[in-house]
Amino acid sequence: MKILAIDTSNIALSVAVLDSERLLAMQTTNIKRNHSKQLMPIISQTVEEAGIKLADLDRIVVAEGPGSYTGLRIAVTTAKTLALTLGIELVGISSLEMLVPNATQDGLVVPFFDARNGNVFAGIYEKNGLEIKKVVEDQHINFLELLNKINELGRPVYFVTTQFKDFQQLVEDTLIVVAEHSSDLNSLPNAYALGLLGMNRQELENVYTFVPAYLRVTEAERNWKEKHPNDENKESYVRQIN
Amino acid sequence: MDQNSLILAIESSCDETSVAVVKNGDIILSNIIATQINSHQRFGGVVPEVASRHHIEQITICIDQSLKQADVDKKDLDAVAVTYGPGLVGALLVGVSAAKAFAYANNLPLIPVNHMIGHIYAARFVKPIVFPSLALLVSGGHTELVYMPSENEFKIIGETRDDAAGEAYDKVGRVMGLKYPAGKAIDELAHEGQDTFHFPRAMEHEDNFDFSFSGLKSAFINTVHHADQINEELSKADLAASFQQSVVDVIVDKTVRACEQLDIKQLILAGGVAANRGLRDALDAKISEKLDDLDFVKAPLKLCGDNGAMIGAAGEMLMRHDQFADMTLNADPSLEFDWEPEAVK
Ligand SMILES: [Zn+2]
Repeated sequence: MKILAIDTSNIALSVAVLDSERLLAMQTTNIKRNHSKQLMPIISQTVEEAGIKLADLDRIVVAEGPGSYTGLRIAVTTAKTLALTLGIELVGISSLEMLVPNATQDGLVVPFFDARNGNVFAGIYEKNGLEIKKVVEDQHINFLELLNKINELGRPVYFVTTQFKDFQQLVEDTLIVVAEHSSDLNSLPNAYALGLLGMNRQELENVYTFVPAYLRVTEAERNWKEKHPNDENKESYVRQIN
Repeated sequence: MDQNSLILAIESSCDETSVAVVKNGDIILSNIIATQINSHQRFGGVVPEVASRHHIEQITICIDQSLKQADVDKKDLDAVAVTYGPGLVGALLVGVSAAKAFAYANNLPLIPVNHMIGHIYAARFVKPIVFPSLALLVSGGHTELVYMPSENEFKIIGETRDDAAGEAYDKVGRVMGLKYPAGKAIDELAHEGQDTFHFPRAMEHEDNFDFSFSGLKSAFINTVHHADQINEELSKADLAASFQQSVVDVIVDKTVRACEQLDIKQLILAGGVAANRGLRDALDAKISEKLDDLDFVKAPLKLCGDNGAMIGAAGEMLMRHDQFADMTLNADPSLEFDWEPEAVK
């Protein structure tokens, strides 16, 4: 199975081409560049370096979120369009879950991204060798609340993040369980891991309706729902005219 | 190059996701338009993040439907055209990402289209554009006169100094308690009323081709607030008629003057507000009175709002001028034509 894996959820951008478990080519950048400019050229270079043709691909795996809304939309739109026009399968994988294999030890793994104002996007996973199980759903959560959840679980944890320094003090002050965290060497997302995770998952039944996992409704919609708790006719928000 | 060309054209700059297949630049084979108006009506205006989220729900549905409706196989396409600006950056990026992926996967050239050229080129579906030509572009974000000496040259000779005409309609509509977008409702109300308030006509007699609508908007709001304070009931129809007459007078006056001063063969009316009946009728009347031999072309009513077909019409022209983009194409939310008021002299 030939797989193209794509992640642009945060500042890093990672694209890989796999032949089943084997990595053929991968490119990862971690500079504040423009994902919209970079993604397609890097996809085309990586496919070329892998020595395959686009038509050889069987499946696309995309990191579906959470993360930067714009970044997610670039990857998901690209992945959806490619999968549909090439007539191949598409799989969406959590942008947090794809970081779990980065952990250098088994047990509870907590990947997280800064979401500003003391909040993070985070999930809690159980890693056992190559097996990953979800313990707490990915969510947008206050960091202290997350630490309390971890304390309740009462077991050592391993954080995977590029932003540990910003949260280190809070971790030291609040956490009562033993905590390790990823180093520069293993905190970045890598699309090889993403491809491996996506290889054995069920493909999306409906690619057309696939959207990023934002994990947050927009502020405008949140305010509107507060004022209109019973008004829900989402289907008619967008309609075709001619 | 006398052969048929088939372009897949993608538009997602604001609150419509649209994909069209256009043949030879002036024949619409399909034009799928998914509008988000019902969603943004909740907020009284377009919310960019909500718009971007709707675009990604719709984009691949629109692409497939437009190919299906046109009965065109992607192998028969010659190029992919896409709006890359101006507009909302998050919204534009959905169309640009989809267009790039589609073009790459199907080995097609990619044509970056300025949304405003698209609006102008909607006129191509009525008749060929002849040059030199002048376009009056009126929409929610723009009010400008664009001089086109030749096919791929665009020079702004006048534009609004504050609000766009469409923006003024929406703001005034809100004060009148009308649903967003208010343009159509005000246009309809205006036809039942009279210009009894005589709102100011800003910059009407200045020696330039610029517009201003913020003074009119303030005068309107003050009139309504004052009446509220003294509990006086104003006729909504007369308010609408007075507001519209003021907008139309200024636009018509400046446009006709620009036509008189420029040596042009054609005047094109385009953009979302070009669907306004009051504006269409007033321009028609004035042109036939003063410039009877000028060819006045109005974009078709159905193609005044944002749509993929107009992007395809512009894309075909740009393709003939070899205006292609590579895979690094990015959205440019503040893309603009050059500002060249001296082009008139
Ligand atoms: Zn427009």
